[in-house]
Amino acid sequence: MIEINYNPNEMLICTASRLMSDNSTAFIGTGIPMLAASLAQKMHAPNLMTIFEFGGMGAILDDLPVAVGGRRSFHKALSALGILDVIEMAGRGFIEYGFLGGAQIDPYGNLNSTVIGDFYKPKVRLPGSGGGNDVGSHCWQTIAIMRHDKRRFIEKLDFMTTPGYLSGPGAREAAGLPPGTGPFRVVTNLALLGYHPESKRMMLLATQPGVSVEQVLENTGFELLLADEIIENPQPSAQELRILREEVDKEKFYI
Amino acid sequence: MNILEEGIGELLQPPDIDAFREWNRKKNKSLTDKRMTEAEAVRRYIHSGDYIGTELYGSVRCPMSIVNEIVRQDIKNLRVVGQGVYETDILLAAGLVKEMDFTYIGLELYGISHVIRREIDSGRLGKIVEWSNGSLVWRFKAAAMGVPFIPVRSMLGTDTFKYSSAKLVECPYTGVPIALVPALILDVGIIHVHRADQYGNCQIDGISGFAYELSRASKTLIVSAEEIIPTAEIRRHPDRTIIPYYLVDAVVHAPYGSHPGEMCYLYERDEPHIQHWAEVSKTPEATQEYLDTYIYDIEDHQEYLALIGEERLKYLQDIVPDRG
Repeated sequence: MIEINYNPNEMLICTASRLMSDNSTAFIGTGIPMLAASLAQKMHAPNLMTIFEFGGMGAILDDLPVAVGGRRSFHKALSALGILDVIEMAGRGFIEYGFLGGAQIDPYGNLNSTVIGDFYKPKVRLPGSGGGNDVGSHCWQTIAIMRHDKRRFIEKLDFMTTPGYLSGPGAREAAGLPPGTGPFRVVTNLALLGYHPESKRMMLLATQPGVSVEQVLENTGFELLLADEIIENPQPSAQELRILREEVDKEKFYI
Repeated sequence: MNILEEGIGELLQPPDIDAFREWNRKKNKSLTDKRMTEAEAVRRYIHSGDYIGTELYGSVRCPMSIVNEIVRQDIKNLRVVGQGVYETDILLAAGLVKEMDFTYIGLELYGISHVIRREIDSGRLGKIVEWSNGSLVWRFKAAAMGVPFIPVRSMLGTDTFKYSSAKLVECPYTGVPIALVPALILDVGIIHVHRADQYGNCQIDGISGFAYELSRASKTLIVSAEEIIPTAEIRRHPDRTIIPYYLVDAVVHAPYGSHPGEMCYLYERDEPHIQHWAEVSKTPEATQEYLDTYIYDIEDHQEYLALIGEERLKYLQDIVPDRG
C-alpha cells in the first residue's frame, strides 16, 4: 500500500465533497464548502448545482470563490440574479443540501455563529447569522462542517443562531419550520456524524482514518449516540489530493 | 391575528409606510442632472443620526468612495443595517455607528471583525438587533411593496428570532406559526453600480445582490458608478435598468469606487490590501494609522486612487479573466 500524506483539513474537505451528489442542488457557504464543492465537480459531480447566497446558481468552480458574492461565485453560471432569488428558491423547496459552519453545535445540530458568552457582554462577537439561519430553515438537508473539540461540540449553545432539530423530535414543525427539513450530517476532522431517526440526537457514523471512537467521544462535550456499525472513512485518494492541491486551491487560500 | 411571541430586540427604524408614500410623492420626478462629488452627496444627504444601508457585500461592488467620505466628514451616531464586510468595518472603526440591525459582520476568509468587539466594549455601538440575511432583505422587500410587514419562514425557533424585533403569529390561513418582519425604510441607501446616466438610471453587471430591494426601500438614494453613460444608451437597453432614475438623489462618478473590493468584469479585489486591513484592524493604533493614511489625510477619491497607484489598479484590471 502506498502511504499517502495529507492533513486533517484535506481529509475534512474530501469527506464533505463525497457527500455532494451529482445533479443535486447545494447551497454553498464561505470556506470549506467551497473547496468541497469544487472538488466534487472535478471528481464525481460535474453537474453539482452550486448556489451562492448573493445570487449565483450553477457556477463552474474553476477558480475558488473567496467571497460568496464574488465573481467566481457565478463563473460560467446558469443564472446570476439576487439574494432573494436563491433564498426563495430554498423557501419553495428547490434546494436539497445546505452547507453550514459555526463556532458551536449542540446534540440536535443547532448552531451558534453569533456570540460566545453573554449577548450583551460578549467574550467573542462572531460574524452572526448571515444566510446561515435562512439555509438551516429552508433547505431540505443541512450538513455542518466543524472542527471537532469539546468547546465546539457542547450540550448548550451560548446562542442559537441557526435551527437544527431545536429541542428534539417535532420541534421544528411546532416552531413553524417546513416539515421534513433539518440537519443531515456533520463532517469534522475526526468523524462523520448523523442523527438518530427518532430521537434526532447526533450519532457517530464513521471515524476519519486513524481516529478511534474514544478520541471522538473525548472531544465531544455531550453524550454522543453510536451507530450499530461504525466504519472508518477511506483516506483521500491520490487523485482527490492532486486535484485538491493543484486545481481546487491552487492559490493556497485554505490548504 | 394572534401574536404568539415577540422578539426582544428594539425596532430601530419603525416603518411608517404612509409617511414613506408622502415622501415619495414629493420626490422630484423630472429628469434632472444629479451628478455631484462624493463630498457634496454626503454633505447634502447624510446626517448625524440617520439610518443608512449599503449594498452589496463587503468586498463586492461596495460603495467605498462614499463610505470613505462619510468617515472623512465624521458623520456620527449612524444607525446602520449591517450586512457587510469591509465597508461596515470601516464605519465601525471610525466610531461612527451607534445602533445596528445586524446579520453579518466579518471578514469572510479572514475571520471575525476585530473592530466590532472594540465598538461594543467601548459602548459606542450601543444596540445590536439580530436578523438573518434573508429576513433583512425581505424587510426591504416589504418597504418596496409599500406594506408594513412581511411573513417569513426564517428565524423560527431560534435566538436569532428572540434578539430580533420580529413577531411570531398564527397564520390566519393555515394556523401554522409564522414570523412577521417589519418593513425597513432607510433614510439613506448607498449603492455602487457599473453604469449610470446623469439622472440616475443604473445598470449592474453580474449578480444584483439586494440592489433591487434596497434601492426601493430608501427615502434617499446615493448611487456611485464606475462609468457615466448617455441616456440614449439606457434607452437602448431599458431591460437593463435595475434602478430607475426617480429613486436616485445623487449620482457620483467613482471609477474603482469599490476598491479594495471587486467589480465583476472590471477589476478584481485587492487581496493584499484586504489582508492588510484584517491585520491592522487588530489594534486601535494600527487601525487609526490605516484610517489616517487612506481616508483622513487625503482629500477625496481621486487622491485615494493616486495613493493606491495606477500600476496597482491596472494590475487589478488585468487579472480579470477573459477580459475583452
